Amino acid sequence: MNVHEFQAKEVFRRFGIPVPDGAVAETADQAERVAASLKVSPIVVKAQIHAGGRGKGRFKEHGPQGPGGVVLAKDPKEARAIAEKMLGKTLVTKQTGEHGRVVKKVYLTAGCDIARELYVAVVLDRKIKKPVVMVSQAGGVDIEEVAEKTPEKILKEAVDPLFSLAGFQARRLALFLGLKPGEQANEGAKLLKALVRAYMETDASLAEINPMIVSKDGKVMALDAKMNFDDNALERHPEILAYRDKNEEEPAETLAKELDLSYIALDGDIGCMVNGAGLAMATMDMIKYAGGAPANFLDVGGGATEQKVTEAFKIILSSPQVKAVLVNIFGGIMRCDVVAAGVIAAAKKLGLKVPVVVRLEGAKVQEGKKLLEESGLELEFASGLAEAAQKVVAASRGGK
Amino acid sequence: MSILVGKDTRLLVQGLGKYGMVHAEGCKAYGTNLVAGVHPGKGGTKVLDTVPVFETVTDAARATEANATMIYVPPFGAADAIMEAAEAGIPLVACITEGIPALDMTRVIRFLQDRPKTRLVGPNCPGVITPGECKMGIMPGYIHKPGHVGIVSRSGTLTYEAVWQVTQAGLGQSSCVGIGGDPVNGTSFVDVLRLFQEDAQTKAIIMIGEIGGSAEEDAADLVKTGKVTKPVVAFIGGQTAPPGKRMGHAGAIISGGHGTAKEKMSALRAAGVTVADKPADIASTLVRLLEEKRIDAR
Repeated sequence: MNVHEFQAKEVFRRFGIPVPDGAVAETADQAERVAASLKVSPIVVKAQIHAGGRGKGRFKEHGPQGPGGVVLAKDPKEARAIAEKMLGKTLVTKQTGEHGRVVKKVYLTAGCDIARELYVAVVLDRKIKKPVVMVSQAGGVDIEEVAEKTPEKILKEAVDPLFSLAGFQARRLALFLGLKPGEQANEGAKLLKALVRAYMETDASLAEINPMIVSKDGKVMALDAKMNFDDNALERHPEILAYRDKNEEEPAETLAKELDLSYIALDGDIGCMVNGAGLAMATMDMIKYAGGAPANFLDVGGGATEQKVTEAFKIILSSPQVKAVLVNIFGGIMRCDVVAAGVIAAAKKLGLKVPVVVRLEGAKVQEGKKLLEESGLELEFASGLAEAAQKVVAASRGGK
Repeated sequence: MSILVGKDTRLLVQGLGKYGMVHAEGCKAYGTNLVAGVHPGKGGTKVLDTVPVFETVTDAARATEANATMIYVPPFGAADAIMEAAEAGIPLVACITEGIPALDMTRVIRFLQDRPKTRLVGPNCPGVITPGECKMGIMPGYIHKPGHVGIVSRSGTLTYEAVWQVTQAGLGQSSCVGIGGDPVNGTSFVDVLRLFQEDAQTKAIIMIGEIGGSAEEDAADLVKTGKVTKPVVAFIGGQTAPPGKRMGHAGAIISGGHGTAKEKMSALRAAGVTVADKPADIASTLVRLLEEKRIDAR
């Protein structure tokens, strides 16, 4: 799960990571009040969306010459005017795609006199099966690019998950960042240890500070903050789960999540309902090889009930782009007759406006096929993966 | 011969909830020697008529000489269940549970480093089967047939698809191992390829990978160095998956432009592995390869 910058900074403060003063606002009035309460100049107004590249992004409503998603204001009046231009408007960055995201909140924070911009992150390294702390003096830029072109500018330290980041590791990282030995390096090392603690104790999957800054008066702090959290652990962190923002999710994906279905919207026109993530991906691949394009990824899971299958079918059909549907089930835990009953129930409720191709294999396959055949629904059957893909692509082109 | 499980497997099941019970029954019905169950609070009772239940894995192992365990404990308790099994000295642990927090697994892996006798398969996997001998997991038994093709996969149902294709092509399987779809897991592709290479019954190998991580590239490196001489056919799922989205499995994500199917397929091809582009062609690709190499795997 992703969270907003202001939320990540709340977590940072809780773990003692220094962050410039700031607060969030949802209206222009509120923005002016918050800006005044900061008692500083300049004030930075930052649009809050779940996507990076905000500074370079532009609002659809204001065009390429208009403001970006991060703007400096000299006083509360100006902060108000800027907030007014951002709230309710659509910000497009290189991470949002063309449709952009509507800004519902802005974060107002004290401007800093920046001497240096650094990069710091904690991520899970799948290869060594441990979290790693990754730092670079090249802050404020795209770290993927640094890693690609100048890997020597990045230092990584593996975190022992039973122990956390050791003091000597934190110091080594601080010195690599060019922090002045003594108080400044100690402050940096303390910040890094706190960041690792925040990462471990909240079950994060990413904790990134880009940039971490050294101010002109020598202080080290987190100017930006980004955290992602492990979906599998959210239930044991109610304070993190409370950060969930449904405005940032695709409505169909939100609905699917509530039904405990794994669903991702895609650009094509062939709806897919499959059991198992691997088979669901393979089904998408097969559709592409047959010349079509999948409209979604949908794994109904192993233990799906008739009702869940019905709901899954509804989600697929709710997308106006879907011209045909492929149901591909390899029954193991999942029984084909249960799937068949779900498909029939959904079709009766919603009516079948698009052709549906069904491929069933595995547990209770005969019972499932019989149910479908006797349902009176106009369905097309396929016996293998290849045939199923060909038939659904043809159906999507020919209509009914 | 086969790998990991066979006629000598004495299986334990941890977690006798609804899900665990259904699959314990399925394994027993397949003919697996299911010797005990472990479920805190149910110790001293019996399930499935004959299977004794214990409070702890240590008690169960001592009383029944169990040498393998499959875990159906819910996600937040599963890491502890794996560690308990390792501490009790069980040599093979298959964790079926999906949804274990990744950091829990990093701690488990670290814990297992001090207990090298225990091999963990999974989590978030279908388990291990040696057809006709032992089923340790949730896979449908009847699609399998004893034979000489070793199958290893990160997925569940896609493995069944491959198994079914192999069976329909008139071949059978030596053993099938699901290593799981999580980002942090125990046994890797490399581990299983090594086991299949050493196994006399296995004549060819099917490896089913997917987007995310670099386990497939590691496998390609192993083949490249000549340590796997048996023919290998691979398929990589998620060729059409968009970057930055988790495709159902916690580990199936293209991040920072890495972990794409394309990268993995070309690494495997460069190492001499035969890659099937389409998931429908996994078995037919293997049959062709065996004909070319004049290997009889029937």
